[in-house]
Amino acid sequence: MSVRAAVRKEAQKDTPSSVSDVETREYVTLTIAGQWFGIPVLTVQDVLGPRDVARVPLADPVIAGSINLRGRIVTVIDMRKRLALPPRPDNKPGMNVVVEHGGNLYSLLIDAVGEVMEVPGDKYEKNPATIDPLWRDFSEGIYRLKNQLLIVLNVEKLFEVGETRSN
Amino acid sequence: MDDLLTDFLTETSENLSVLDVELVEFERDPSNSAILQDIFRLVHTIKGTCGFLGLPRLETVAHSAENILGKFRDGALEVTPGSVTLILSSIDRIKELLGVLEETGTEPEGEDGDLIQMLNAMAEGRAAATPVPAPAKKKAKKEKEAASAPATADVGFPVAAELLEEVAAAEAAGIKAASDEALRAAMEAERMAETAQTAAAEKPAATPVIEAAGADEVDESEDGASGSGASVGKRSGSGSGLRKEAEGTKESAVASHSIRVSVGLLENLMTLVSELVLTRNQLLQMVRGKDDSEFKVPLQRLSLITSDLQEGVMKTRMQPIGNAWSKLPRIVRDLSVESGKKIDLQMIGADTELDRQVLELIKDPLTHMVRNSADHGLEGPADRLQAGKPEKGLIRLNAYHEGGHIIIEISDDGRGLNTKRIRAKALAAGMATEAELEAMTEQQIHQFIMRAGFSTAEKITNVSGRGVGMDVVRSNIEKIGGTIEFSSKEGSGSIFTIKIPLTLAIVSALIVECGGERFAIPQISVLELVRASAHSESSIELINEAPVLRLRDRLLPLVLLSHLLRLDGGAKAPDLVRDEKFIVVCQVGTYRFGVIVDRVFDTEEIVVKPVSPILREISMFSGNTILGDGSVIMILDPNGIAATTSAVTVTREDATEMDERHVAFNEEVTSLLVFRAGNEELKAVPLALVARLEEIDLASVEHSHGVPMVQYRGHIMPLVPFNPGHTWAAAGRQPTIVFTEGDRSMGLVVDDIIDIVEDRISVELKAEEPGLVGTAVVAGKATDVIDTAFYLTRAFSDWFGRPGGGMTRAGEGRKGQRLLLIDDSPFFRNLMRPQLSVAGYDVVTVEDAAAALKLRDEGAEFDAIISDIEMPGMSGYELARELRAQGPWSALPLIALSTHAGERDMAEGMAAGFNEYVAKFNRDELVATVDQAIAQHALRGQGGVQ
Repeated sequence: MSVRAAVRKEAQKDTPSSVSDVETREYVTLTIAGQWFGIPVLTVQDVLGPRDVARVPLADPVIAGSINLRGRIVTVIDMRKRLALPPRPDNKPGMNVVVEHGGNLYSLLIDAVGEVMEVPGDKYEKNPATIDPLWRDFSEGIYRLKNQLLIVLNVEKLFEVGETRSN
Repeated sequence: MDDLLTDFLTETSENLSVLDVELVEFERDPSNSAILQDIFRLVHTIKGTCGFLGLPRLETVAHSAENILGKFRDGALEVTPGSVTLILSSIDRIKELLGVLEETGTEPEGEDGDLIQMLNAMAEGRAAATPVPAPAKKKAKKEKEAASAPATADVGFPVAAELLEEVAAAEAAGIKAASDEALRAAMEAERMAETAQTAAAEKPAATPVIEAAGADEVDESEDGASGSGASVGKRSGSGSGLRKEAEGTKESAVASHSIRVSVGLLENLMTLVSELVLTRNQLLQMVRGKDDSEFKVPLQRLSLITSDLQEGVMKTRMQPIGNAWSKLPRIVRDLSVESGKKIDLQMIGADTELDRQVLELIKDPLTHMVRNSADHGLEGPADRLQAGKPEKGLIRLNAYHEGGHIIIEISDDGRGLNTKRIRAKALAAGMATEAELEAMTEQQIHQFIMRAGFSTAEKITNVSGRGVGMDVVRSNIEKIGGTIEFSSKEGSGSIFTIKIPLTLAIVSALIVECGGERFAIPQISVLELVRASAHSESSIELINEAPVLRLRDRLLPLVLLSHLLRLDGGAKAPDLVRDEKFIVVCQVGTYRFGVIVDRVFDTEEIVVKPVSPILREISMFSGNTILGDGSVIMILDPNGIAATTSAVTVTREDATEMDERHVAFNEEVTSLLVFRAGNEELKAVPLALVARLEEIDLASVEHSHGVPMVQYRGHIMPLVPFNPGHTWAAAGRQPTIVFTEGDRSMGLVVDDIIDIVEDRISVELKAEEPGLVGTAVVAGKATDVIDTAFYLTRAFSDWFGRPGGGMTRAGEGRKGQRLLLIDDSPFFRNLMRPQLSVAGYDVVTVEDAAAALKLRDEGAEFDAIISDIEMPGMSGYELARELRAQGPWSALPLIALSTHAGERDMAEGMAAGFNEYVAKFNRDELVATVDQAIAQHALRGQGGVQ
């Protein structure tokens, strides 16, 4: 790596990536127990229908297990458990939204995937003070949409198993 | 060109590019010792390799640079921009030399006196390269600007620009983190004051070394520092840029027969191929049974090609470890020539395959370690002969797969670690206080060699001795998730064991089912499969709910997988005794245990994939994999299972401090039966002495002469309560430990059988109390180890020599015969002394070979000597050799006593001069053997001492 490349890399690190910019952003919308969530469209690698999930014994309860995505092993995180919501009814298998984190693939097990939505930056608000402390960790902020509030998921935080559990 | 040289060139140019970046980073943060270590190691490697390849110019430059780095590391020299610049110039010189080397295959003529002189001056603390005159730089900058950036500098705000320049220059001269260009220019000014200005202005005039990188660095640093400066730098540096490019093409010429592909890409390919295989399998399934299918033939071809493709892709990742070893014979040869030592390098298991990425990462550490062995470990031929060893020293590399890991052992039969010296050094370096050292075991002291900056070599040689070594080796191995352990015995050599996980190797695994889930167990740790049910030969028995299996006269501890993995969901535990169960017998190190599973499927070749980091804390799994049918399953880690189920955990937790293998050197692992009797204190007895565990129906207890007894297997078995004041209940069941000899049995009545523990025990003495050998810490709890002989004689006072038996006569004959028992473990001494005494011998015990030899020199007389093999200091073998060599005991019967009585051990024992080899714990055999040995000795007419 040349010095220049190193510098460039450093510069990239500094680029802000928070959602507070006024510009319009694109999110994939998801529903979990009736609530709308959004994750930045570029972080989504794949959307899969219901899959057979292989259990991983002894794992944290939020980990539903693992699935095989074209030969790669994807760890499935049950978003209902992650958000401390009641379990999904048995007759409604969840959908998988696959994201990458630290070179590994993870799938967020959610109820349904909606459309890709462009949301204007001026509709953005920070987390209200009254939000559940557990959810505050996972939420990067909220968009006031016409009919619904869209919670922007902080995908990174979802993988901090064990530390946030006590909250 | 020599392969070795080619490798060296590729490797070094890679290293150098890393070095450039690291040095710049280091200059910014001189307190970062991690970076310094890295830099140091890289330079050290370059130096070392040059030495072996016979490249004196490169070697001297690297050596001098390393000197300075060493001073940085020790804090003897402050990191100044000037000194970093100097190091960078040495790097540039090295690059230049390498360029010629690559072109011609030989080092260019000439010498580097100028550079070396500066480096040495710097190393000695004479600030030869203090950056003083900024003018050179300023001027240079200005000229460059005038020449190549008129748009901004001239037309815009020239005054402001110049002012800014001056501020920048002042900063550069004053503050540590100066721009490279300034320093470089400053240095040039110092070195050749006259040419400096022209050099900076018109690059080609400067000396080639400094020029090449100087211009390049200008380019780079300015690019990062200020946007407007970039164009300036680029243009002025273009001359050398071209040069750089030319070098680049040369480099690629060397590497043209192979290309570097990112591992990620290969991994991706492999994933895709696996998917392809699955799809093919599906297709085959669809066509199967349809003979007339038009797809049949093309599908067959597809199938073949897919298989080939799969194999090919697999191969790209796997390499035999021999590839990493290929340089070693040459290195060892050169070393042996250089040092005058005779060295035999043995390489075993060179075709053991491992992931190429892992291979790359262990190459350096391995080379380091072999060098260390050759340089520090082995003695010169004269010393070796004097120590009674063959003239030729042996370095042995051994690689093999074990339990999902690759084990690489590097052993030598040299002088071993010098504990005293390490101690002194650790003290001198302030790594530990005298008091701390006092409390440390030899093993803990040895661990210091793994600390950074530690080296005991008295003189710094070319090869090693700068403290680059074990700490780097360790950190490199730990980086890839491996461990390194070592044990060393002064005088007889060291053995280093590197254990590296297979991140992406293919292993054969047994697929089992448990709780409706499938798991893979690496075949390598599976010894056998046993089917257990109430109707079959083997059935599971319970010791206070802990399942065990009698397997060929040994009790095998069992682990219920569903319970361990909490797959039973809190349901009622299955009826282990009655239901049909499968037991996978596994072995981890010396620990054997059985895993109870519901079903056993087939063996499959699986690709081990690391588990997601989010799951990494679960120690039960070593990875996961995708089976042929596309399902994801977890791979069980037998080590993890063993660790969670046995006392091994106790030693494992502080594995960094205490090296398990080494502990095993001195203290053998013993299986103990832990029980409770009389009071709440835990008691233990060596499992090997126990014949059976029974629950006696108290209703069946009879009394004869006031002694309680039961009918047991057609004989009368006396029951001895552990506690003399034991109150017998009228009914119910009483746990009893049965000891048997011949057709006689004795039942020791206890309150509770707690557990079977496998542990290394060290017994602290408490000799005053009858019936107890002492107290030991077993699985973290203080436990009384009972003296079985005491209880046995309470049941049958003649237990150890009963009348009418063949032993009596011998026993009587034994009266007064003197035995010397040498064993470092107080536990065994105390266990065996009573046994031998009861058998009629006079027994003297000592704790090590030195004490035994002292007795000999003092003129003590014995009829036979029984010695342990593994002892600190002088081993049993050495003692035997010593005894046989000279002195009054040279003809005495010598009996070796050991826990491992393998054939090789026996052969070695016999070679050393032992007459017999007896396994510990086997009292009968021991007594018989001693008798026999003494009898034979007498027969030979060489005369007993008595």
